[in-house]
Amino acid sequence: MLRAIALSLSFAFAGWSAQAQDINDAVTSFELDNGMQVVVIEDHRVPVVQHMLWYRAGSADEPIGSSGVAHFLEHLLFKATDSLAAGELSATVAANGGRDNAFTSWDYTAYFQRVAADRLDLMMRMEADRMVNIRLTDRDIVTERQVIIEERNQRIENNPRGLFGEQMNAAQFLNHRYGVPIIGWMHEMETLDMEDVMAFYDVHYSPNNTVLIVSGDVEPEEVRTLAEKYYGPIPANPALPERVRSEEPPQRAERRVIYRDARVAQPYLQRSYLAPERDAGVQEKAAALTFLAEILGGGTTSYLAEKLQFDNQVAVYVGAFYRGVSLDDTSFDVLVVPAPDISLEEAEAALDAALAQFVQDGVDADQLERIKMQLRASEIYARDNAEGIAGRYGRALTSGLTVEDVQAWPQILQTVTEEDIIEAARAVLRREASVTGWLMQAEEAIQ
Amino acid sequence: MTRIFAALVSLCLAAPAWADVTIKEVTSPGGVDAWLVEDHSIPFMALELRFRGGTSLDADDARGATNLMVGLLEEGAGELDARAFARELEGLAASISFDSSDDDVSVSARFLSENREDAVRLLKLALTQPRFDEDAVERVRQQVLSGLRSDARDPNKLAGEAFAAMAYGTHPYARPEQGTITSVSALTREDLIDAHLRTIARDRLFIGAVGDITEEELGTLLDDLLSAIPETGASFPDPAEVTIDGGVTVVPFDTPQSVALFGHRGIDRDDPDFFPAFVMNHILGGGGFESRLMTEVREKRGLTYGVYSYLLPKDLAAVYLGSVASANDRMAEAIDVIRAEWARMAEAGVTAEELDAAKTYLTGAYPLRFDGHGRIASIMTGMQLQGLGVDYITTRNAKVEAVTVEDIARVAARVMQPDNLHFVVVGQPEGLDVATE
Repeated sequence: MLRAIALSLSFAFAGWSAQAQDINDAVTSFELDNGMQVVVIEDHRVPVVQHMLWYRAGSADEPIGSSGVAHFLEHLLFKATDSLAAGELSATVAANGGRDNAFTSWDYTAYFQRVAADRLDLMMRMEADRMVNIRLTDRDIVTERQVIIEERNQRIENNPRGLFGEQMNAAQFLNHRYGVPIIGWMHEMETLDMEDVMAFYDVHYSPNNTVLIVSGDVEPEEVRTLAEKYYGPIPANPALPERVRSEEPPQRAERRVIYRDARVAQPYLQRSYLAPERDAGVQEKAAALTFLAEILGGGTTSYLAEKLQFDNQVAVYVGAFYRGVSLDDTSFDVLVVPAPDISLEEAEAALDAALAQFVQDGVDADQLERIKMQLRASEIYARDNAEGIAGRYGRALTSGLTVEDVQAWPQILQTVTEEDIIEAARAVLRREASVTGWLMQAEEAIQ
Repeated sequence: MTRIFAALVSLCLAAPAWADVTIKEVTSPGGVDAWLVEDHSIPFMALELRFRGGTSLDADDARGATNLMVGLLEEGAGELDARAFARELEGLAASISFDSSDDDVSVSARFLSENREDAVRLLKLALTQPRFDEDAVERVRQQVLSGLRSDARDPNKLAGEAFAAMAYGTHPYARPEQGTITSVSALTREDLIDAHLRTIARDRLFIGAVGDITEEELGTLLDDLLSAIPETGASFPDPAEVTIDGGVTVVPFDTPQSVALFGHRGIDRDDPDFFPAFVMNHILGGGGFESRLMTEVREKRGLTYGVYSYLLPKDLAAVYLGSVASANDRMAEAIDVIRAEWARMAEAGVTAEELDAAKTYLTGAYPLRFDGHGRIASIMTGMQLQGLGVDYITTRNAKVEAVTVEDIARVAARVMQPDNLHFVVVGQPEGLDVATE
């Protein structure tokens, strides 16, 4: 029965390679004279566009002592400019029936508006304006700093999992800024001032440090004309520094994190390994790690679920995660939520035994083929979501990858072999290059 | 400078983009009704099924049974145990997800055109022949219990439960949708079979389909998929008596930021005043940085990262709710500001400028919702559950446009009840004038 289905499927998939090309066909990219990179993703089904401006500047580009300034600046870009009052940009987007927001990560800061296609001109005019013309007041700084502190309260301080994750990152990255939280350490956030903000803005906010991504019901030529009109006149910053961060040294000793909190109801175990990221032209190892995460912890049929949830009832949940899009070395993470009568120590032993056994057993060929099939299908489903494709390009192009890398990625994934995955597992799943974290209840609670 | 800019903006407020969504009401040969949007540009379809009732149909002695049952639908069916079922689904690159709320059980599925029949066969197995194997039941039960233990230390969940218990008294809405640690621990396989019979029935089913399928193909698909589903299930509970009096309830919890849920009675979806109330709420706290609550609580005072209000017309009760989170020493001020805004709206309504801005946003943003097959299928089933017609999409913006300043003044006086506005605060708020729970 199963074999019959598999056969009919491989026949069905034979016709897909041509269709899967459609995503790439819908993408056009070019560069303005001032160094701004532009990517257009056409989807003419609905008269809507998404306009996104991505800066190649994130929290890992912050100066020491100013953690959180990239994200703080992101908030402050909604205040006044020479031609817009505070809040007017968002109000204008809303008055045009659109919505807007922004987000900050380690390697990028991005601003976006989603709006009717005929309003693109206005969006570009306003976004170009705030790239160079913000006018902040001291009151903006004081009030908005309270807002980001409340944001930190909400995301981190009120959430033991958030606090634990922050400690795990700090332990994993000894020497790289990925160890510092994007939102910032509280004690440094409290001291962020106008000078910190404007210094970051002046250095990083310029057209030669951006990627403009417009997706939806647009023609590439129209985007080029508008981009040249609004972004084109902004001069490149010749003093834009190269993005050189202090790198992680080879990890020689395993590290452990134990975080106790009275608000923890469900203890769990997280294992983090230092891992290579996707590099321009060299994505093969990252492709193997992408499969490794899926095979180890990608759901009911995964290897760790098999060992820790089905063969033995050690865990109520297992997962494996790999963030391959990253400018510098990244991490490969495994999560185990133990069953009620299982201690974290027992769960950890079971995890290590399963990982060792996996390298012995090798990859199940049927499982690998199912995952490859799903990846091929995901390229079809992706065509229903131009915003998702826009995000894919935005993250990649601000993390050291090129348009060609993004377009080659699905094919690179299809060529990964069972041996590649085991080799990646041997290279990355090493205890001496790992952090093991236990999130636990407060000691009083367990006595 | 700013004024010139505003003038330019109003000039380009031409005709808003229109949602190009054509819904067909279809009836299968076997008599199953569904809404369909055909789009053959991408070779897949999304299918959404919703069964009215949901966890509110739990038997009194089996609370949490519907939630656990729904969690087990993808854990083995027919001849396939949990792992075999998951492997088959993976091999088809289809996705099927099941969910429940206190108003419905929902199924969201996505299939490639290439293997639609095989995917539908799996979905049919899950819906009609779930196995509820003992090991699967125990495994999923432990996952639910793990979630419940976490909820018991989650300030947002604590606020939601305390508010629901206060608002809905003895009605099923007052109970946690997932049950309690005690009730879930005691559920039996018979309870799950019973929950399945109570909730999964054709007389309460609404269907939306979007994508690469014709009307005829959909009819055949639905007749096959639903042929073994019983005609009727458990009777629905009576509407809830909502009782909320003004005041503040504090649920002590040791955490740096207090979380508050606030509200009072709301307005039904089919009330003739619903649209004025909806537009009014958008101006008060309906999202975006421009709302009065965001302006006063966040932008001017920096008291929070986010503050929102929303009308929540459920099937059996209507409430008007809001939420805010603020450091323990600042929550009292946030509450004062929110109360003042509540009273200001009740007394003075909105200005013509506010109403104009709200209308351009709401009418312009509406078509932006229809982005993607799964989203459209979900919106269509939601419309059916609310008793709206297929023409709603084309008439909805006219209803927003028709709202006047006077309508809002009248409706605000009726809907806003500053004296009944109750705050449930979880945390260690300072300086709040309350009787602690």
